[in-house]
Amino acid sequence: MEINRWLETNTFHHSDFGDVHKLVEEKEKQDLTISLCLPTLNEEQTIGKEVVILRSELMTRVPLLDELAVIDSGSTDKTRDIAESFGADVYLASNILPERGEKKGKGENLWKAIYQLKGDILVYLDADIKNIHPKFAYGLVAPLIYHSDMKYVKAFYERPLVVSGGSRPAGGGRVTEILVRPLFSLFFPELTAFLQPLSGEYAVRRDVLEQIPFPIGYGVETAHLIDVHQQWGLEAFAQVDLDQRLHRNRPTRQLGRMAFGILKTFLSRLESHEIIQDFPETSPVLRQFRSLRERYEQVEYEFQFEERPPMLEVEEYKDKRELGE
Amino acid sequence: MDKIIADLDDYKQRAREVRDVLLGNLVRLGEVPSPTFRERRRAELLQQIFTENGLQNCSIDEMSNAMAVMPGTEGGENILVTAHSDTDFTEEVDHNITLQTDRVIGPGVADNSLGLAVLASLPELVDCLGESFRNNIILLSDSRSLGRGDLGGMRFFIENNRLPLKAAVCMEGAELSRLSFGCIGVLRAEVNCTVPDEYDWTKFGAASAIVSLNEVISRILEIPTPTRPRTNVMLERVEGGESLSTVATKARLQFEIRSDSLETIESVANQIDSIIAEIDSREGGDVTWKVIARRRPNSLPFTHPLVNNTKLILETLGLEPRMTPSTAELSVILDHNVPAVTLGLTNVERLHQMDETIYIEPMFTGIAQLIGLLRAIDKGKCDGD
Repeated sequence: MEINRWLETNTFHHSDFGDVHKLVEEKEKQDLTISLCLPTLNEEQTIGKEVVILRSELMTRVPLLDELAVIDSGSTDKTRDIAESFGADVYLASNILPERGEKKGKGENLWKAIYQLKGDILVYLDADIKNIHPKFAYGLVAPLIYHSDMKYVKAFYERPLVVSGGSRPAGGGRVTEILVRPLFSLFFPELTAFLQPLSGEYAVRRDVLEQIPFPIGYGVETAHLIDVHQQWGLEAFAQVDLDQRLHRNRPTRQLGRMAFGILKTFLSRLESHEIIQDFPETSPVLRQFRSLRERYEQVEYEFQFEERPPMLEVEEYKDKRELGE
Repeated sequence: MDKIIADLDDYKQRAREVRDVLLGNLVRLGEVPSPTFRERRRAELLQQIFTENGLQNCSIDEMSNAMAVMPGTEGGENILVTAHSDTDFTEEVDHNITLQTDRVIGPGVADNSLGLAVLASLPELVDCLGESFRNNIILLSDSRSLGRGDLGGMRFFIENNRLPLKAAVCMEGAELSRLSFGCIGVLRAEVNCTVPDEYDWTKFGAASAIVSLNEVISRILEIPTPTRPRTNVMLERVEGGESLSTVATKARLQFEIRSDSLETIESVANQIDSIIAEIDSREGGDVTWKVIARRRPNSLPFTHPLVNNTKLILETLGLEPRMTPSTAELSVILDHNVPAVTLGLTNVERLHQMDETIYIEPMFTGIAQLIGLLRAIDKGKCDGD
């Protein structure tokens, strides 16, 4: 699919779907169920607000969401208590599929959500959004409800309140523009059409989620885009402008670690999709440096690059959903 | 009143059932900055919430008051429920609100985002109770309440309103058990001291505006104020100077004279006027003062049924009524001969700080008192002679 045409037909603004009652009508007509998942690790500052706003607006006021769950990686603050007190279903990731072991990372929570939650559509929202609004959820599920051919809808945050007649740069954060977009341009040009490919907010049909593997760490969003694109093509995607997202700013060194995880995942995809063959073994260690008075010290971060298999390959999942061979 | 008193516990329980809606509205409204004179965005959001709830006559007037009507079954008279929409925090302040299991934290949550959130949630609360009111309920968020706003929004509403008002209830986040049914007289003013930029610092006397202001403050504090009628002068804000190593060319004092007696206020004001004139004539720079706002003392009688029944409702809910005079909307409403009280909605800590904190559980008692009182007014139990 040609990028410019995709930008015309598959890129939306949340205000296109402002009539939530109509959306619910259409959802009910299709007999769809929707689950919202908030993956968390120490998010006590924002989790209460997210749960309250999403529940009151999209469950109490209009029945768009059928389930709202927090999947927690073992927070040491009050994240789970707060989420539970405001009515979220709270799960400790380690208690879901315990026989499959425990791995630490956001991707692990997203993967386990497929097993734990019931919806035909899963909406994933990061739990550190300071300006949470119902549009974050209805904006993402609407294209899936109105367009049966769309499977995976990604958020981007772009439109300022006031625009001049001229053009202006559009795009993502530092890691996107310095790492991901150049890599996509080299190997998957169609994927450059995503203005913010790393955004942590997306809605996906279950029948797609259960067929793709999940890196447990930083690379999960990048891997999704590549894997879904390879199997279903660009037309399976849509992106929605949610205006603005406020969240904590990450320091550059932390972004370095994120970039390392994404790059490692990207290289593994080049290999698994046979774009580059016989790729040499790479180190799992990122080296950063700090200065201590008159000397410099190396700081090593060792990453576990593990992936969870497609859920359809997991026996417990097939049993739970009564899927035959 | 017996039925209303008996139902108060049920109101409290039902209020818990709309907790998510209430807290959702609190976050949505409270995160929109709304300093005095800049309340429009918050008013628009409130209007949107009113409209989503299917209310009638949702509107925003030229003062950024937002208003809607919950129609009564008979609709003969109107009960005004109001909360001011402005806060003490500027638009530059991070208005992020945090929810913990038992409390809500953020700038302005108590004063007065909670009042607005209760206003916004009232239609769903009444739905949840499964009861209706005979009279119309007018929901009003009034603008320009604080400081220099001088109750501009409420004045505009009262002066232009054509709906006959049976009674009014003003809501403030702080503090549960508050019951105001009268207003003390207030004269709010500011003193400005200036010295020329080229002022010769080697001269003795008012070598800076701060020195002049210091003289003004000392003299004001020497004014004798009577205990009956209760009177005091409250020095509320001082600012001045530009930086270290420069002469302060400007300094300002904001203060209030508060009294049960209008005559006493005028007498103290006259003394301050003389002091300012004397210092202005003596020092090298300019010393001026101007009145920013005035309130006449006014009160419902202690025995008014609205006061008595509000007390009864509070006491039944286990609260000890803390009867404090108001200096806010209540004065404008009482001046127009509409019986009115102000209620607090929950327990509060760190009022007017960035981490202003309100407690969730007491909110349900606060809402129960409001519903109980509205029912009492609706049934004519609070009518005066």
